[in-house]
Amino acid sequence: MNNNRPVNLDLTTIWLPITGVVSFAHRVSGIVLFIGAAFLVWALDASLSSAAGFAQVKQLLAENFIAQFIVWGTLCALAYHFVAGIKHLIMDAGIGETKEGGKAGAYFTLIVSAVLFVLAGVWVW
Amino acid sequence: MVKSVTNLSRSGLSDWLWQRVSAVIIAAYAVFIVGVLLANPDMDYASWQALFQTTWVQIFSFLAVLAIVGHAWIGLWTVATDYMKPLAVRFIFLAILGVTLFTYLIVAGRAIWGA
Repeated sequence: MNNNRPVNLDLTTIWLPITGVVSFAHRVSGIVLFIGAAFLVWALDASLSSAAGFAQVKQLLAENFIAQFIVWGTLCALAYHFVAGIKHLIMDAGIGETKEGGKAGAYFTLIVSAVLFVLAGVWVW
Repeated sequence: MVKSVTNLSRSGLSDWLWQRVSAVIIAAYAVFIVGVLLANPDMDYASWQALFQTTWVQIFSFLAVLAIVGHAWIGLWTVATDYMKPLAVRFIFLAILGVTLFTYLIVAGRAIWGA
């Protein structure tokens, strides 16, 4: 083995490429969705159980900041997971598999989901 | 040949396909339900309940719940096998995951079919 190879193990100076960051965030958004689903399932059950339950969910979403933040966070995770998933399906179809195509898809995912994060915030508040 | 016993379909290729099929179902349902809520900002209890008493909405909703349970198992199983190396830790995590997803299935299913 060549002992003169450069070695860089300073983790603060090593960055994942943008494609790796987008891929890792896809995982993170999936974990957030799994947790956020608990609130969504509760809200579905409560809102369909009775008129009082429906009113309670509606009031929470209109007035309670923590509930609004949970919904916004879950919507953001959904938006990101959705866009990154579509990028995944497009790449499965063999489109954009080059190094440049991968980078373009990663930036596309970040830009479109950033717009959706803002729109989700406008919707919730 | 090493075979995994905790992945959803016992086959990586089959899991790969199921992850995509379920993704398309969930994506379609997400667009549907967000569209319904956006189009009806003043939704009341009667129309919300009526929506979930429609047979095709019940079928679509329950299909989406099943897809979410399978999709989450495949996705989080992958995350667990990547990052949780001690078998006991991974097994406990997968057990909690399974119970949680089963709870989602029962509570959401009850809400959908009991509406």
